[in-house]
Amino acid sequence: MSDAPAGLRGAFLARRADMQAAHPRIFAASWRARSGTVAIFGGLLLVYAAGLYELDVSPAVIFHGLGRLADIAGLMLPPSPGSWDRFELYLDALGQTLSIALLGTLTAAVLAIPFGFLAARNVVANAVIHFLTRRGLDTIRSVDTLIWALIWINVVGLGPFAGALAIASADFAAFAKLMSEAIEAADRRPVEGVAASGGGRLAAIRFGIVPQVLPIFASQVLYFFESNTRSATIIGVVGAGGIGLHLSEAIRVLEWQQTSFLILMVLVTVAAIDALSQRLRAAITGRR
Amino acid sequence: MPHTVPIPPDAQLEPLLRRYRWSVAAKQRQLALAVAVLAGCLLAAAAGAELDADKFLSGIGNFGDYFDRLLLLDSGERVWTDPAEWFWGVHRWVRLLGETLLIAYVGTLTGTIGAFLGCFLCSRNLVRSAWLRIAVRRALEFCRTVPDIVFALIFVAAFGLGALPGVLAIAIHTTGALGKLFSEVVENIDMKPVEGIASTGGSWAAQVRFGVVPQVLSNFASYALLRFEVNVRGATVIGVVGAGGIGQDLIVAIRQFHTSDVSAILLLIIVCVMVIDALSELLRHRLLSPEGGR
Repeated sequence: MSDAPAGLRGAFLARRADMQAAHPRIFAASWRARSGTVAIFGGLLLVYAAGLYELDVSPAVIFHGLGRLADIAGLMLPPSPGSWDRFELYLDALGQTLSIALLGTLTAAVLAIPFGFLAARNVVANAVIHFLTRRGLDTIRSVDTLIWALIWINVVGLGPFAGALAIASADFAAFAKLMSEAIEAADRRPVEGVAASGGGRLAAIRFGIVPQVLPIFASQVLYFFESNTRSATIIGVVGAGGIGLHLSEAIRVLEWQQTSFLILMVLVTVAAIDALSQRLRAAITGRR
Repeated sequence: MPHTVPIPPDAQLEPLLRRYRWSVAAKQRQLALAVAVLAGCLLAAAAGAELDADKFLSGIGNFGDYFDRLLLLDSGERVWTDPAEWFWGVHRWVRLLGETLLIAYVGTLTGTIGAFLGCFLCSRNLVRSAWLRIAVRRALEFCRTVPDIVFALIFVAAFGLGALPGVLAIAIHTTGALGKLFSEVVENIDMKPVEGIASTGGSWAAQVRFGVVPQVLSNFASYALLRFEVNVRGATVIGVVGAGGIGQDLIVAIRQFHTSDVSAILLLIIVCVMVIDALSELLRHRLLSPEGGR
């Protein structure tokens, strides 16, 4: 350490006592100003501590579990499917997962279009219809994909079909919501232009709103396809087809090498889909 | 005053028109190609997902039936005729729902702290070392890509049944998801305050604390709240694999066809999720209001 800091800081430190006496308000510990922040963070931490206690999370349990986790991580290496036959089985299941994601996403998108228009304030001016559609969509959206999968399994039986329907039902409401927001944010002028040149209401929507909304919607569909590839891997856990079935099975029978291999397969697939959809998105939004 | 549009003679118009038709046709050809590719993918997917029109048509009837049955008590009465019987387990379910919310809360906060620590290390404007940035980024990507249910399954094997695996699974997934969003916020900040602190001799930690954090905190809080909404939904199902919360009762009710229990639990979940969404939206609007700064 040098004995005297140079420059502005040094000059300040040398005259600190004077400055403090001259401007007491600036140097006063601003506890009153900070009390709000302190209260918020204190409250957050208090609930956090209470939560940890309530959920029976203790350091002993964590350390014991971490030890086991390290063992498991060791057993996962190297990732391996075990046999060539099983690898083919996994590839097949991966194809099924992608099929589920694609079908589910597209079905949801198609179903969402009319509801998106119904829920948009600038298309349907009726407040009652607007409110009911919005609340209905919210209700559907609050139910997780996995719960939809459980329900659809009861309806159409175990298998990938139930998975595709689950993704379609869970996403349809989210799509409709995004769609209606995009429509509400659309520029009014093209719509007025169509109306001014004598176009009817439908023509106004077709030529005034749809061209504005379509690219946004298409890129949202791609985003959802990405995230659904991930969701589709988990609905297999409850028996709705795809690679999740094998994944949960491998974990249940403690076949850790197969588990890590399956996770690796999912990671690679998701990365590939990510890259693909990024290029497609750029093409869609760039061309218009 | 009447305007007249000058119409050029046909000979001059002809090439223009041809050009116009050609570009329209090119666009249509492109669209047709895209539709064909999509249709091909769809056919392949339909085969892959064992799509079956017969099964769907018979299933769609079941769907109506199933929802009809959801609203029937064991006695055959409609559920709303006897709310006490419908919500017979309301004490247990509300307690489990509380546990679900706690799992979501503790998981979200833990994950937010993780993301907060990680996001500065993978922001291009704060960290010079490319390998550190890439390493942190890859780690966050891994946390984000592996679904939380898969983490929960593995953690149940390591930590045993209970809420802890659920909390950890949600925390790790949240770290990955928020870490990315946070670092995007950090990369878009105004660098002048940071440079100011650096020029007065502040350390890296001081630059982050006084230059970066005040700019990003309200955005971070808003993203964290949004993530909390997502995690409440996620926590309702994490019990399906034995990681605590209301999911365990729900899956038992669904598997054993206790239909009125299913509808009661679903209703509780839906109401709870909606209330949380509404509250958090209110808070987020406050946070991002002009006073909160951006």
